[in-house]
Amino acid sequence: MINRRHHDMGGLPAGPVDRSQHEYAEWERRVDAMSVLVGNKKLCTVDQRRRNIEGLPPEVYDKTGYYEKWVLSLGESLIQRGVITTEELARKMAEVNERR
Amino acid sequence: MKVLKAYPPGHVRTPYYIRGHTGTIERLCGAFPNPEELAQMRNGLPAQPLYRVRFSQQSVWPDYRGSASDVLEVEIFQHWLEPA
Amino acid sequence: MTDRKDKEQGKYQPLSYFQLMEVSLRELLVEKGILTEDEIAREVETMRGRGYERGTRVVARAWCDAAFKQRLMQNGTQACEELGLEIPALKLLVVENTPEVHNAIVCTLCSCYPRVLLGIPPDWYKSRNYRSRMVREPREVLAEFGLVISEQTQIRVHDSSADMRYMVLPMRPAGTEGWSEERLAGLVNRDCLLGVAVPKGPQD
Repeated sequence: MINRRHHDMGGLPAGPVDRSQHEYAEWERRVDAMSVLVGNKKLCTVDQRRRNIEGLPPEVYDKTGYYEKWVLSLGESLIQRGVITTEELARKMAEVNERR
Repeated sequence: MKVLKAYPPGHVRTPYYIRGHTGTIERLCGAFPNPEELAQMRNGLPAQPLYRVRFSQQSVWPDYRGSASDVLEVEIFQHWLEPA
Repeated sequence: MTDRKDKEQGKYQPLSYFQLMEVSLRELLVEKGILTEDEIAREVETMRGRGYERGTRVVARAWCDAAFKQRLMQNGTQACEELGLEIPALKLLVVENTPEVHNAIVCTLCSCYPRVLLGIPPDWYKSRNYRSRMVREPREVLAEFGLVISEQTQIRVHDSSADMRYMVLPMRPAGTEGWSEERLAGLVNRDCLLGVAVPKGPQD
């Protein structure tokens, strides 16, 4: 069974290229920065982060923005590496959410 | 050289559209740790030779409407290539 | 920083799931002593300040210095280091436009890009439509960018699928003899370095 993965889109039909540029939010810049820094410290590789992006369900891949995919992948990668645990992240997200 | 017509799971850097196609080696880029392995939290060593392979657009896309001389150049690891 | 309010919005906005995750990852990494807020802030500022100027400097030098250009074409990374550009881990391959050949860059699999020279890639470069179509119908995509390439010119599309990173060396516009490197660099923008535009001429 031939399997084209969802991210592997070269050659597929698609529409006109939208050339507009959105203003980067600070949180997006921080996601980029953290991803670079954890890579520099050898805590995770860009390959691992890419793999996690590629593994997102197709509808998530299509509907999320670039840095939304990056933050999901960063979290997943750090959990895979044991830098953080799922529980730690869950508790922290609940805690941060409570502060609002 | 011909690109393997294979569709394995895991993290792969050989684009789907080029698999099974035949091109010519444009250059050896060097040897790099295997990204397929790096993605699985292994070290990807020994480093694998990485080539740039040149393909005629007309040979890749049956409906290609550009110039007959147009080409695609794609980086492909040695283990994805076999003699044509 | 706890981001009760997203600073640049100036009023209370609920955090999205993704923003929540960003804050949470950051706080955990800081609590564990892996990163500091300061390091993160410094990296943010470094990337914020990085546009495509370094790329244009390389082009201007190549236009003015034939021997440098030769070295650039042979080993892009090493040649950039000559200019004092510290480019850790960038394996740069410069592809030269000529009257016979026009080059363009894409990463169909994700958005690989020579960030160290050009900054953060634009949204269009990361878009589904560009990534899908550029390898298959480059002339149509370039026409959408306002660039029509003659049938007599070969188009080479480079799919940045592995470790190399690409930059286009555009053709030097006519009528610029004797110009300083700084002035020449001003003719080149990021889109020229990706092959979706060509430099302005002195009259533009």
